[in-house]
Order: sequence, then C-alpha cells, then structure tokens
Amino acid sequence: MNGVYCNSLEGFRPISGGGRRLIFRCPFTDKSKLPLLPAPASCPTISLCLCSASTSAVHPVMADNKDVFDTREASLLVRELRSIFKSGRTKSYDWRISQLKGIERMMEEREKDIVEALHLDLSRPELESIIAEISGLKSASKKAMKELKKWMMSEKVKTSMTTYPSSAEIVPEPLGVVLIISTWNYPFLLSLDPVIGAIAAGNTVVLKPSEVAPATSSLLAKLLDEYLDNSAIRVIEGAVPEATALLEQKWDKILYTGSARVGRIVMAAAARHLTPVILELGGKCPAIVDSNVKLEVCARRIIAGKWAANCGQACISIDYIITTKIFASKLIDALKQALEESFGENPMESKDMSRIVNLFHFKRLVGLLDEDQVTDKIVLGGQRDEKLLKIAPTVLLDVPEDSQIMQEEIFGPLLPILTVETLEESFELINSRQKPLAAYLFTNDEQMKKKFVQNVYAGGMAINDAIIHVTVPGLPFGGVGESGMGAYHGKFSFDAFSHKKGVLYRGFEGDSSLRYPPYTQKKQTLMKALLNGNIIGIILALIKWYGK
Amino acid sequence: MEDLEGELGAMREYHDGGNTRDASWRRAQLRGLLLLLLENQAEIFSALQQDLGKHPAEAYRDEIGSAVKSINYALHHLKGWMSNKKAKLPAVALLTTAAIIPEPLGLVLIISSWNFPIGLSIESLIGVISAGNSVVLKPSELAPTCSSFLARKMPLYLDTKAVRVIEGGPAIGEQLLLQRWDKIFFTGSTRVGRIVMTAAAKHLTPVTLELGGKCPAIVDTLSSSWDKKAAVERILGAKFSACAGQACIGIDYILVEQKFCSALVELMRVNLKTMFGENPKQSRSIARIVNRHHFQRLKSLLDDPKIRGSVVHGGFMDEDDLFIEPTILVDPPLESAIMEDEIFGPLLPIITLNKIEDSIRFLKSRPKPLSIYAFTKDESLQRRILSETSSGSVVFNDALIQYLADALPFGGVGGSGIGKYHGKFSFDEFSHQKAVAWRSFLVDFWFRFPPWNGYKLQLFQNFYEYDYIGIVLTVLGIGKQRAIHLS
Repeated sequence: MNGVYCNSLEGFRPISGGGRRLIFRCPFTDKSKLPLLPAPASCPTISLCLCSASTSAVHPVMADNKDVFDTREASLLVRELRSIFKSGRTKSYDWRISQLKGIERMMEEREKDIVEALHLDLSRPELESIIAEISGLKSASKKAMKELKKWMMSEKVKTSMTTYPSSAEIVPEPLGVVLIISTWNYPFLLSLDPVIGAIAAGNTVVLKPSEVAPATSSLLAKLLDEYLDNSAIRVIEGAVPEATALLEQKWDKILYTGSARVGRIVMAAAARHLTPVILELGGKCPAIVDSNVKLEVCARRIIAGKWAANCGQACISIDYIITTKIFASKLIDALKQALEESFGENPMESKDMSRIVNLFHFKRLVGLLDEDQVTDKIVLGGQRDEKLLKIAPTVLLDVPEDSQIMQEEIFGPLLPILTVETLEESFELINSRQKPLAAYLFTNDEQMKKKFVQNVYAGGMAINDAIIHVTVPGLPFGGVGESGMGAYHGKFSFDAFSHKKGVLYRGFEGDSSLRYPPYTQKKQTLMKALLNGNIIGIILALIKWYGK
Repeated sequence: MEDLEGELGAMREYHDGGNTRDASWRRAQLRGLLLLLLENQAEIFSALQQDLGKHPAEAYRDEIGSAVKSINYALHHLKGWMSNKKAKLPAVALLTTAAIIPEPLGLVLIISSWNFPIGLSIESLIGVISAGNSVVLKPSELAPTCSSFLARKMPLYLDTKAVRVIEGGPAIGEQLLLQRWDKIFFTGSTRVGRIVMTAAAKHLTPVTLELGGKCPAIVDTLSSSWDKKAAVERILGAKFSACAGQACIGIDYILVEQKFCSALVELMRVNLKTMFGENPKQSRSIARIVNRHHFQRLKSLLDDPKIRGSVVHGGFMDEDDLFIEPTILVDPPLESAIMEDEIFGPLLPIITLNKIEDSIRFLKSRPKPLSIYAFTKDESLQRRILSETSSGSVVFNDALIQYLADALPFGGVGGSGIGKYHGKFSFDEFSHQKAVAWRSFLVDFWFRFPPWNGYKLQLFQNFYEYDYIGIVLTVLGIGKQRAIHLS
C-alpha cells in the first residue's frame, strides 16, 4: 500500500493505497476549500489529490497569488475552445501542420531553456534530457508531420455481398476538446507527446502539467503560448483545485498520466460525461535475467533501464529483477562493475544521474529502505543525502514478498533482486501480480523468449533490453489492467484522439424488396442465402422465387 | 449469488491456466455458437415472437442471419487476426525486431439489451471469444424468453468453464458491476452507461458502451420516382420493421425541405400500406412494444395536444396487445420530449427545413448520434455532412445496413458511446495490443550508457534524427561536436 500523504511534510501519513506516484496535498492548499469531485456513491475516494509541490521550489503561479482557476473559469475555457473547434479551424491539414511545426521549432530554439528547467526540477543530466525528452519529441513531431496526410486519409474498406452494391470507408475525425493531465517525471515528453497526437488529429487541447515539476510547468505554459495557436491550445498550471475544476467539465477525451489511484478518480469523473479516457499508469515492471546472457551487456542495459532513466523515476523503468539463486551473485558483481563505469566510484557525486524529485519522495524511498526486514538485504549502495535529494544506486537481494518495497511501485533508484529455483517460476510470479506496464527478459534461450512473450501479461515487452520498446514508433505505448488503458505514440496517438467514422455509400439501384415487410417464407429463404454469402443459394432462391 | 465471487474466481483461474488462448478453443466455441443458432432456429423464432412479436423473417434478418454471417466471418479471419503484426524499425535499430501481439484481456462482462436480445448478445460474444477471453453474459431481463433460452442452451454448445450466462435484473446487474472485470461491454441507455463506467472506474476496467441517441435521416428533394420509392422503402424499413423502431440505429426523425414534405408523407402512406396492409395491427410484420412501461412512455410522448395535432398518419394504439401503429408526425415542437429524447418506438417525426443544407447546422447543435443517414445524390452535400457533422457512422442512401458491414467499425462517439466492434474491430476491442521488441546482445550503441559527454550527445541526436552520415562523421571524430550547457 502506498498512496496519499497529507499536509505537513514531516508528518506525512498514508491514507489509502494503490498507485505509483506520490501523492500528497500541497501545504498551501486549504483542505476545506477544495472543490470536491462528486464521487460516485460506491467510490471510496473523495477528494482529488493529484500531486505535491516540493518544499524547495514553490510553484511560481501559486506564488503569484493569482486568482484561483475555479469551476466557472474552467467551464468558460471549455466553452471557448469548443466554439473554436466548431468553427472548424483546427480540422484543416494546414493548421495541424503549422502547430506541429511550432512544436518542432520550439524544441530546436528553446532546447537550452528546456534542459535548464529539467535540471532545476530533477537535476537531470543534459544528455538524458536530450535523449529522453527533446529528441523523442522532435522525432515524434517529425513523424507526425511526415505522415499526417496519410493518417488523415480515409481508409477504403471492402464491402460484402450483404450490403451489395455499396462502397465503404472509415473516416477519421477529430473528437473535439481534449484534456491532457501530465506528470512530473518526464514533464516535457509526457506533456507534449500526447499534445502532438491531439493536434495531429485536429483537436483543441488543454494541457495541465504537473505542479511537482514547477520549472517545467511554467516553461510549458510560456512556450506553448509563444509557439502555438493559443486560441486552440492552452496550458492550465496548477494543482488539486485546478485539476478538480478541469475534471468537472465535459471533455471529448481525457488522457491522464500518473497513478492508478488518481486514474480511478479521473475515470469516474469522465463517466459523468461519458468521456473516453486514456490512462497511462504504472506498476512494478519486472526484469527476468537468465544465466546464459552476456553479462556485461546485460548489466549495462539494466543500468540504462533503471538508473539512467531519471534515477528509476520512470513508469517503464525496471522495478525489480528475478533471477536464479545461483546466478544472483554473478549478476550483482556485474552490476557493481557497470555502475562504477557509469557513475564512478562515488555515485553520490555523479552528475550523470537525476536526483529524487522532492523531499517527500526522498523520504518515501528512504522509508522503503529502512524497513526492518529490508535494511539488511542491501548488497550495493544504500547511501543517501537528504540535502541533495540523492540516493545512490541501491541493489537489494531477496527482500521478503510482503515488504513495502515489493508492494508498491518503487519509482526510484532501488532495485530488489528476487531469486527463484528455476526461471519458469518467474512467469507465475509476475502473472500473480497486477499486469505491469512493461516486462523485460534477458536470455539467449529461444524457447524461453517464446514462452515469455506468450504467457506473461504486460502492457509492452522488450527482450534483452529495457525501455527501448517505447522508442519504436510503430509500437503502441500503453498499459493493460492496473497499468492503464488505451495507447498512444505515432499513428496510435492520432488514432487515440480521433473517432473512426464508418461511412457506407449506397446508390438507389440494386434494391430488393426482400428486406422489407410484408415478410414471406420466400423472402426468408433468400435472406438466409444472402447473409451467408452463399451464391448458389441466392440463385436457387431467386429462381424458385421468380419461378412461382 | 453468494458464491458469485467463487464462481468468477474459478473462471479466472481457468482463464489464467491458458485454456482459452489456443486458436482451436476459440474455433470450437465459435462453431458452438453457430450450432446454437442453427439447431435452435425454431425456438429462437418463437422466443423473439413471444418477447417482442418479431416476425421470423425479421428475426432471421436482424438476429440469427446477421450473427451467422459474423461467426463465419470470424472463423474465416481468425488466424489473420491472431497473428503478430511486425512493426517497422529504423535502420539504426540494428538487430532489433518488433511486433504487436494481441493477447486476451481476461474475464469479460457483457451486459446485453432487450431489443435484439439474441443478435446483440451473440455479436459481442463473437468478439470476446475470438480474442480468447472468458466471459459472463447477462442478457436483458426485459426479454425473458430469450434470456432463458440463452441461459439454458448456451451451456450445451460452449465451454461452461469459460462462457457463462447469468440471468437477472438490475439487482444482479449491480452485483456483477461490483466485481473486477478486465473489460465490460454494455449495450443500452446513456443513463445506465454512466453507471457502468463509474463502476468500472473502481477497478480501472476499460469499457465499451454501445448507447444510442437520436439518429436523423436527412432526405433531400429527390427527383426520380425510382429514387423516391427506394428511399421511402428504406426509411420505412429502417424505422418500423427493425423491432418497431426500438433499435439504437433506427431512424429517429427525418429532416426534409418544406416543399418536399407532403410528397414524402404521401409516398410513405402508400408504402406503409404495401408493407403492413390496411390494418397494420393484423399484420404479423411489425414487432410489439417490449412492455407496458415503454408503451406508456411512447404513449405519453403523443399525449401533449400540440404533438397530437402534428400526427399526419397513424396514431392508433392497443395497450393490451402492446401495439402501436406506424405513426408519422410533421413538425412537432422542437422543445418537446419527442424531439429531445431518443424515441425508441414506431413514431416518426418529420422536421421541415427551408433548405436541406440547413440540416447540417441543425445537427451540429445537437448531441452526436450513433448514425446519420442521408438520402441524397448531391455529392457536395454528402461531403459537407461527412466533414461538418459528427456521428458514430454515416450511411448514404440507406439505413441500418452498416450493422452488416463487417469491415466498418460499429460504435458511437460522444453521447452515443465509447469503443467500437464488429469484425476485426471486435477482436481488437477485446484484445490488448502488446508491444514487444526483441534485441540481441551482439550490437550495442556504447553511447547509450553513462557517463555522459558531448560526444555521446551528438551521437544521440544523429540517432534520433536517423542521420546516418552524421553518426559516421561523429564516430570518426569529424562531425561537429556539441557543447554541454550544464554541469
């Protein structure tokens, strides 16, 4: 159980469980003023606690003491965007391209600002920012621009004899006004990647970045205003009250990235307006390591999939490892060596790894390490520095299944290794838990690969690597079960924000009265043949029919 | 019901054991469905007759025949649907392969409706089974004979460990909604749709909601008498002969130019007589209203004197027989219940407009319907309807038959629903598209891993921009180097 933590940072206490992201109430939010989501009678969670603000950096907008963005303002905003949408202006190919170009230009021209904001929020090494966020966004917008014409084309489909003569096509159309609620761990990528899809599909968009990454949030607000058509694309900064006000409105689609707990609240709010949702959640992503692997490469890839991914604060980073009892020590040695190569003798001083986002998360992670039955399982690392919000890459061996670290999504630089007698057991171990967003396997055994792909349930998978499957533009990115619903990336983003309208064209000729009353036995026979696509049956029925 | 959880637990265990994953299992179940329909035709006819007064021909067209067609289609395409889809990769991703692999979601709940109690239940089951899921079907208690037919007969044809029918009303429905499902497929009203989605949110269960809405038919001023006749036949067929207008894609109302209205009504009168005879009540060709509650609802729609006054044809009702005569109204007030709620019965309002193009503005100001029908040969009007209005589907010059087109997605948008099914779309709706990438240990881009420097940064940029020459230049040390801003 992890979950919601209240007001004061010193005395945070868990309220309820489920979910990956740290959730606690902003210290400056007066609880009594929180607009409550009218939660369904059966839903236990009442108030919406989206995220926290860090103590070190107070949210700039909140600090400005601006008027609170309330339900009334939210509804005005949606009305305005809806009228823009109805005017049809966001539907044109030219508008979409111009906005995508705006995003590309923004990434080119403001790279430095973005890198700085990410450094402020997460101490993110520049290169990591460029690889993980800026380059990813550049190639996503490039791909969208390149393929937009093709995506927008309607798809001709075959029609059958049943509806003969006719032609049919599937026409993608924009949904309308969409809301994107983003998160703090890859605050740029996870905000703009869905925005690219929403724009490509011709929608108007409201983006709410996470207040937990305040520098990025305010930069997003500034940049989108500067580079994009702000009559159709808006950024609303803020925390719980703003998100609550937004969620009360009627949207045509909501994409939320964050915790499973808040995902439930978002979906329940969406249900009131029958709004379809995409929920990008998380879960504990396992990595199985076989003993026949090239150890050196494997260890490096584990590092890339854990510590070099925002210090483990990524929804698809490796959460825990499963390996055989005999192999564990070899793996640990290899990790030790590779970690040294990557982050030096003293990883606490390395500039090549992000820090923990804020004090709250830092304390949560330290809490996981300091649990009695866990502390003595640390085999590598374990150092922490509260001032710098840094925790060294830490490996733990054979932590108990019921420890907190094996219950909640870790979302940090701690890596437990579980051991099993034979690797086949690991499939069951993974499937007995909630379906993760990603599952990884390192092996050279073809049979094993096949079984893994076939039998393990997960949002996505990579074999002999981690994380890279999300960089493949032809693959959908999304979870299943507790790890989310719906998918995006590339063409899937376009589809996620489009409605696929089935269109059937008929002429007035080629009609037969058999479809209409009065019904007769003859009509029934003919209909049977027709629906079964049985040509001979049709001919026979026709002959019989006309013969009479 | 106490042991519902236990039963579902057993089903989940059976599913997790992989029993439903094989193509052979799926095929066997689909064949079972086929046999269920073929061997029990007479009983299905009589059940539909009893619950809804449907003529066997109508029952065959809308429920048995269409389902048989869909099963055959699924059997034919199953292998293709189940196969992996390779994903394209850029050349820099050396020695990597990627594919999308469809996997079953798990345990699915289908809540079906009463208007096509056999057809809609089977149609959704086809998708669920094709995708290799286990399923609980709750048929509608408002079509009790059909519900009990499904509960009695399905176990004889299908694997009872993975496919179950649970009968019952709202109380059972509520109990079922409390459980954890991997997908809920619901056909019914918007109101209940909201309840279903709210309940699903608790377990993060994705939903497919097949709702309804007021589906309009735009009727252009057609000139040729052949076209007029064909259009009228299709309109009347789509309104009165599909469960007496109790269909989510049935025509709800008509939009027509003032000057064409009286000719249209006249033609309708003539054709109604051909279809249902002088005394439609005696005709076995029109279905009955499902129950007294709905009968009363429809009756009250007409009760308002202003509405009464707009009736130009029909209007006869017989509560004991649950019969309502095909009824046509011209220009009932737009703010009346009959023009605000989904009618779901054999009442057909005609709204007149000055110009047929005005229909677009009319539709844009209303909720998105499940379907828009347009009877017109004017291609520019067709294009405008396509691009300026929004609806689940659009059909030109016909109605209802989109339900039979396997290659088209069937489903709503906005208030008319979430998600889509039929054919391959059904399979996808009940599958998770798992993204898988395979790598070998042979090649690694050493620049993927920390410690970071400007050299690696440059390589990454080339990499993401697929700038192969840039990669080579950088590796050779002659490409432009990047400065690191921070650290």
